[in-house]
Amino acid sequence: MDFLFTEEQDMFRESISRYVREKYDFEARQKIISSEAGWSKEVWSDFAEMGLLSVPFAEEYDGLGGGAVDVMVIMEELGKGNVVEPFLPTVVLSGGVLAAVGGEHAKALIPQIATGELIMGFGFAEPRSRFDLNHVEASAKKDGEAYVLNGRKSVVLAASIADKLILVARTSGSTRDADGISLFLVDANAKGLTIEDYPTIDGHRAGDVVLEDVKAELLGEEGKALSVIEKVTDQGISAIASEAMGLCRTMVDLTTQYCRERKQFGTPIAKFQVLQHRMVDMLIHAEEMTSMAYLGALKLDEHEVERKKVLSAVKVQLGKSVKYCGEEAIQLHGGMGMTEEMAIGHYFMHGTMLEVLFGNTDHHRKRYESLM
Amino acid sequence: MDLAFTEENEQFRQEIRDFLDENWPEEKRSGEVTEFGRDEYITWHKKLADKGWVAPSWPKEYGGPGWTPTQKYIFAEEMAKAETFNVLPFNIGMVGPVIYTFGNEEQKKRFLPPTLNCDIWWCQGYSEPGSGSDLASLRTKAVREGDHYIVNGSKTWTTLAQHADWIFCLVKTDTEAKAQEGISFLLIDMKTPGITVRPIITMGGDHEVNEVFLEDVKVPAENLIGQENKGWTYAKFLLMHERSGIAGTHVCKKALSRLREVASDKSLYGDAPILMDDAEFRRKVSEIEMDLMALEYTELRALAGEEAGKGPGAESSILKIRGTEIQQRISHLAVEVAGYYAMPFQRELTGNETPSGPEHTVHAAAGYFNKRKTSIYGGSNEIQRNIIAKAILGL
Ligand SMILES: Cc1cc2nc3c(=O)[nH]c(=O)nc-3n(C[C@H](O)[C@H](O)[C@H](O)COP(=O)(O)OP(=O)(O)OC[C@H]3O[C@@H](n4cnc5c(N)ncnc54)[C@H](O)[C@@H]3O)c2cc1C
Repeated sequence: MDFLFTEEQDMFRESISRYVREKYDFEARQKIISSEAGWSKEVWSDFAEMGLLSVPFAEEYDGLGGGAVDVMVIMEELGKGNVVEPFLPTVVLSGGVLAAVGGEHAKALIPQIATGELIMGFGFAEPRSRFDLNHVEASAKKDGEAYVLNGRKSVVLAASIADKLILVARTSGSTRDADGISLFLVDANAKGLTIEDYPTIDGHRAGDVVLEDVKAELLGEEGKALSVIEKVTDQGISAIASEAMGLCRTMVDLTTQYCRERKQFGTPIAKFQVLQHRMVDMLIHAEEMTSMAYLGALKLDEHEVERKKVLSAVKVQLGKSVKYCGEEAIQLHGGMGMTEEMAIGHYFMHGTMLEVLFGNTDHHRKRYESLM
Repeated sequence: MDLAFTEENEQFRQEIRDFLDENWPEEKRSGEVTEFGRDEYITWHKKLADKGWVAPSWPKEYGGPGWTPTQKYIFAEEMAKAETFNVLPFNIGMVGPVIYTFGNEEQKKRFLPPTLNCDIWWCQGYSEPGSGSDLASLRTKAVREGDHYIVNGSKTWTTLAQHADWIFCLVKTDTEAKAQEGISFLLIDMKTPGITVRPIITMGGDHEVNEVFLEDVKVPAENLIGQENKGWTYAKFLLMHERSGIAGTHVCKKALSRLREVASDKSLYGDAPILMDDAEFRRKVSEIEMDLMALEYTELRALAGEEAGKGPGAESSILKIRGTEIQQRISHLAVEVAGYYAMPFQRELTGNETPSGPEHTVHAAAGYFNKRKTSIYGGSNEIQRNIIAKAILGL
């Protein structure tokens, strides 16, 4: 057993870390999230050049053949910079679905993701699904070779900036059946498709996708998509767990730094033992997040029950860690922590969104219990 | 000991309900009053003032209604149930009591009526960039020149200063004296030349706090409350009053019952199980409800003590700590209820657009972020614990 990274992975990390430090500081990020587009194409093409967008994919798709640990390295560093560019929806989720279904679509689209030309979003949630992946009301009816989609997909990350979307719809069965769920590919500007776009509360771009008789292509096998969706969202959990470890570590750093500098009662507030203990507990939460992020990445290819159990445990840890670190970070910053001008609040806000994404803490505690 | 309400109490409750039915229409009872215009707020404040109900805690001679603790309790409960605006705390809970306790006759005559009916909107100028928890280290200076003070310095985190007509300020009048001893309590008209207000935007996009800069601001000496250099005593008195109202039990109860309503609304869940049937969720709701009971009866005990002449003491710190913790837990629960729709930032929709998710989700995340302030302001919860350790436990 070891937890060592290869030399390549260390170098890869260092190059991302340097990029984020030098080109993606808080000011740069603020500029990007308040711009019309809400993301930076320049940053994205830099990512492509550095290999971030091709690392996770197999060589047959022009990828570099990396694995979950490489994605972990990327996400941790992106987390430290609180980067908003659509790595998760495009590379991890949409790329993940394409790689899982394989075939012509994967061959055609993954190389375009890898070069940075193609932005994609993955719509799996719905207004009444909460976090249940099997709850699918959107319908798909076969019409010759194509399918016609109707319904609404909720809070699809990157929807408003994507070129293409992968959407989940039901081809048979009733609302909550595990069978009869299928994956579809659509153009973001397809006829009948409307995107209600909005920024998210943490500065990302997203939208609800409203479908009225939209023509779509089937991805993979009809009616059998649930296990693919579960696997890909588990990969998503692994990715955001790594991101969360970056967030938590940064919150620990920013908070200890602030408390060393801020003086009250004639002394740095870092000297107050009650605050020291809180920072220690933040650190413990960050360490636990790290351990669980490693575990999650290493268990992604286990058989289904083991994978789900571990990834649920990872998500529960994420919920606890970002909440504890985030809330305490704000508290220890006092009034300053509340302001939009300080980076710390933005880490807290993004962390809170990660707590929701792919199912919140209660949801995963229950999934874990059901597999115990 | 007796917890039952009398017949008169119930009549009193009915009187309040009738008033609210008439003056606080159903459509305003939406649960979300985070954003409001100045005028709307004043209109409401004045309605209560006209009725004589705006300042339940004030003595009768200064415009209070002369209610018993039970009546005050019933009133607060009914107001919270109807989800009315709070009355302006700076006027009613803070500067008013300082003026009627420490002000001279002239000041009482001049300031109490407009404070009571909100012809003056007050803001609180305590905190400074370098003086938060260590308030006594404040550096804004007031130098006496003839019948005026010349004030220089800056205040920060000043809530709703953008709406305020007057600010009550703690200023340093003796820079030589030990921290607490050279402080004075000064009332300043916000229209005086030399005052600049700059907004501070908080997480979630609210503009509720500001920086206030004072540059050679000329303040008539008659605006000094009490004695020069004795301001710390008045400042502490005010903080005690500020804290006791801060628990917000009734508002918490209402917010929680709103969440229960939403979590039980079948139309939101369709074929999916309703959230209120979820065991984990039920446990959280019930725990908060039980904690609220403990808080409520702690508050009632404190009130009864106050009525028996004990004045709000360090016990108010207990209420502040627990009350704010519960408010924060409820705000996080709202995020859980909202599910994915906690994520969109949609509060800037124009009136014609509808949000993508259900109504109850729109403010959920912003509300959670905003509520973090409650354990920071009014003396942070760490400072409250320090106070209790010292004043109650004698440590
Ligand atoms: C939304 C909002 C509205 C506000 N409105 C007003 C207003 O209208 N008027 C006004 O005057 N002020 C207002 N305040 C200011 C508020 O009173 C201060 O923020 C508060 O006193 C804390 O001060 P600080 O922000 O400087 O934090 P600091 O004092 O720097 O504290 C930072 C951290 O250190 C901790 N700490 C400090 N000293 C100790 C100690 N001795 N032991 C243990 N821990 C300690 C604190 O608890 C906190 O966690 C408002 C603040 C907020 C956030």
